[in-house]
Amino acid sequence: MAYSDKVIDHYTNPRNVGTLDKGSSAVGTGLVGAPECGDVMRLQIQVDENNVITDAKFKTFGCGSAIASSSLATEWLKGKSIDEAMTIDNMDIVEELALPPVKIHCSVLAEDAIKAAINDYRVKNGLEPIAVEKSHH
Amino acid sequence: MDFPIYLDNNATTPMDPRVLEAMLPYFTNKFGNAASRNHAFGWVAEEAVDYAREQVAKLIGATEKEIIFTSGATESDNLAIKGVFEMYKEKGNHIITAVTEHKAVLDACKHVEKIGGRVTYLNVKEDGLIDLAELEAAMTPETILVSIMYGNNEIGVIQPVKEIAAIAHKHGALFMTDATQAVGKIPVDVNADGIDLLAMSAHKIYGPKGVGALYVRRKGPRVKVTAQMDGGGHERGMRSGTLNVPGIVGLGKACELCQEEMESEAKRLSTLRDKLQNELTKLEESYVNGNVEHRLPHVANISFKYVEGEGLMMAMKDLAVSSGSACTSASLEPSYVLKSLGLSDDLAHSSIRFGLGRFTTEEEVDYAIEVTRKAVNHLRDLSPLWEMFKDGIDLSTIEWAEH
Repeated sequence: MAYSDKVIDHYTNPRNVGTLDKGSSAVGTGLVGAPECGDVMRLQIQVDENNVITDAKFKTFGCGSAIASSSLATEWLKGKSIDEAMTIDNMDIVEELALPPVKIHCSVLAEDAIKAAINDYRVKNGLEPIAVEKSHH
Repeated sequence: MDFPIYLDNNATTPMDPRVLEAMLPYFTNKFGNAASRNHAFGWVAEEAVDYAREQVAKLIGATEKEIIFTSGATESDNLAIKGVFEMYKEKGNHIITAVTEHKAVLDACKHVEKIGGRVTYLNVKEDGLIDLAELEAAMTPETILVSIMYGNNEIGVIQPVKEIAAIAHKHGALFMTDATQAVGKIPVDVNADGIDLLAMSAHKIYGPKGVGALYVRRKGPRVKVTAQMDGGGHERGMRSGTLNVPGIVGLGKACELCQEEMESEAKRLSTLRDKLQNELTKLEESYVNGNVEHRLPHVANISFKYVEGEGLMMAMKDLAVSSGSACTSASLEPSYVLKSLGLSDDLAHSSIRFGLGRFTTEEEVDYAIEVTRKAVNHLRDLSPLWEMFKDGIDLSTIEWAEH
């Protein structure tokens, strides 16, 4: 299948690849997917005292769209408050990367990873996790 | 080198220019219908078809009367399986095949099940070979056909065809083989091997697409199949339809070239394949799938653990290869052939099939090695699974999130 230029760009020059200190209370980690499904995404956020995401890192095992979706997600996360980050919708990713219908799954995974990272951060800091809707677009 | 480099010769092969040359006149001035018995145009076409029939027969040790031209191996498989079932169902309704067969065989067997047949799907061992004792145990007085492929399209494993045929015959069943990947690549002889029906295709042996053949044994025993297409009674009544004369000429020429060059070509390709394989398995956590001895000379299927196949293919954009992964929302299921070897899903998702061919050069293989190595390393740097592996975390202890 022919990928969009944006997917290829993110895939070839992935942004924010790396690992943040999982043990730090300022870091939230979201690990979603499963090896047997062919994709695993790990997204991490570093949050400051004003609830603003100052850094984001990812590592992804998966196809080009999964890698591009997580790379884009880290770009979007940086500078957002965690409340704003919570509103990132998988369809925004689909649109930005022009993902074909069979790859929408990758954007869903990215949205799940964002929410999982935020909830990990919340729980670490004594807050209730936000219920995540399982119905995606 | 011309880019992209084609290393997917199991999917299809480019046509040999010598084949095209042989075909060309039969599109234009020698355009006759081979069934037109009353004028020169028809005779010329018929003569060309007869010659091609000899060329095809010779490659597999058959006689020309045993060759039925079809539209390709899928049709040949369907005609053989459904045709044998319908012809012999009074004798018995049981067919035996294997889980690693091509979909053309498996789906034809599913069809047979719908119309009253019973099918046993044999599992394979870790190396992709069937267990002969299991085959023997599956045979019943009702068994009319054993259908096991010669060389596998994904992993290249060559089944012990001769032994399989002997078991089938001992129990009074016919033996059919889908030899699409093997014919023209390694010596195949219907008599030495004990084959009663054999499916093959032109486009896997540097011939045109849309034409193939079914070998149907005529003596010891005389095998018959019920036609799946009704019409003018072409091909001894087994396959009606105006003959694809240029295609058939191409298939014949392709067979002739394979026969002439098979020995040296198999040697050249297996040397290149071994080089590719040896270099790539030097990468950590890389494994060759399937038996490495009983294998077609031009295929290497390798799993690169912790890297996903489709993502990997994208990093090798100048290489046309194939992956056992299926990372789409519609179907997350990786290759059923790899899974049947007992590979875990993640390893099956991590596989790449390299299929070398007549036009593959050493320079191209060297390039492929370098590009693959780089791509695997790049993607492992991106892979959370690789990081966990390097940190000594047992991935099986992790509770993966459903999605």
